[in-house]
Amino acid sequence: MTLAHPVRDEATAKTVKCVVWDLDNTVWDGILLEDGEVRLRPGVLEVMRELDERGILNSVASRNEHGPAMAKLVELGVAEYLLHPQINWGPKSASVAAIAAAVNIGVDTLAFVDDQPFERDEVAHALPEVLCLDAADLGAIPALERMVPRFVTDNAKRRRVMYQADAQRSEAEQSHDGTPAEFLAALDMRFAIAPAQRLDLQRAEELTVRTNQLNATGYTYSYEELDEFRRSADHDLLIASLDDRYGTYGQIGLSLVERGARAWTVKLLLMSCRVMSRGVGSVLLNHLIREAAAAGVALRAEFVPTERNRTMYVTYKFAGFREVSESGGVVVLEHDGTEVPGFPPYMTVQVG
Amino acid sequence: MSTDIRTRVIGYLSRYFPVSDLADTDDIFKRGFVSSMFAMQLVAFVEQEFAVVVENEDLELDNFRSVAALERFVRGKLSAPVAS
Repeated sequence: MTLAHPVRDEATAKTVKCVVWDLDNTVWDGILLEDGEVRLRPGVLEVMRELDERGILNSVASRNEHGPAMAKLVELGVAEYLLHPQINWGPKSASVAAIAAAVNIGVDTLAFVDDQPFERDEVAHALPEVLCLDAADLGAIPALERMVPRFVTDNAKRRRVMYQADAQRSEAEQSHDGTPAEFLAALDMRFAIAPAQRLDLQRAEELTVRTNQLNATGYTYSYEELDEFRRSADHDLLIASLDDRYGTYGQIGLSLVERGARAWTVKLLLMSCRVMSRGVGSVLLNHLIREAAAAGVALRAEFVPTERNRTMYVTYKFAGFREVSESGGVVVLEHDGTEVPGFPPYMTVQVG
Repeated sequence: MSTDIRTRVIGYLSRYFPVSDLADTDDIFKRGFVSSMFAMQLVAFVEQEFAVVVENEDLELDNFRSVAALERFVRGKLSAPVAS
């Protein structure tokens, strides 16, 4: 296994996060509404599974009758691999855009596979950032550079299942008859905080690179640097994960604390946007406040304001932090120590 | 005017939790259901609903923790001289 470095070359095209498949003569041989009986195209399921294991999602954009096409996908054993399949008579570019919105990823991380040049052109014209591929080139898809993630974390392998759980949660939330607070309480959330282990480091690095909104400093560290912090006696590198009755959200939070004799300083505090509405943003912070209070030291936190991370500033301020200094774009906040917070009553917090 | 602020604040909070038994001085952040998103949305609500700018130094829990606090904070913001 090679150790990855957080090198982000903005000039190179992004790794594909979701492949959107046509159905007739792409996923199956034949045209469902004309031929009635169609057969799975050899190799399609294998390619889907291969991508799925790398954490790349699969979806469908097909102009077909929704009912019969979905029934056929279930019969062929393909449906379980798909997220938000779009089967309707509208233009495929609209379906592709709908998938990007539903999964909450940029269209520049999508690929579209279709046997018809007309359909590929329509998508390419409307959404030039989408990678359009000919279904005839099926066998070559997994080896394409953009289909090979920098590394495959355990989190990535479970990505499809986690997104499917997310889709179930949103459905439950929308049909929930009560306040958002009551909905949260019904989720039976379990939040676990533990020192990062070696196996967690790739995910930790991935979190520093992928998280923008709920990130207090935006500092990124390489795998090697994180590994040093993990082993350092003067640092605490904590990783947080969340589970609920619908399944796991995976590892969604990270903090790095530098421990001085009189004060600890939070260098990193970040939380995946997927859990933003779950009331867990302050749980990791509350844990640090409690630990510092127990150790009898002051707790400080660095904050680097960006266009997008004001939520983290509000989180710190409302948790009882105030600004004590500012230099070179780095604000230092310190907890006033007056109130040591508890954990929210609607979740179980486990500290490992 | 201040009744109006109070009504609008309570109307907003009712989207998140029951407000029928919420006293004006009750600490809404102690009710337990406060996500980062709720805190941020509450700040955004105050800014948009009352057309005021919440500065960093205004971001104190004491300005946001109850209906009474929000009403006082908004009233103070609205009566402050505006440079324009």
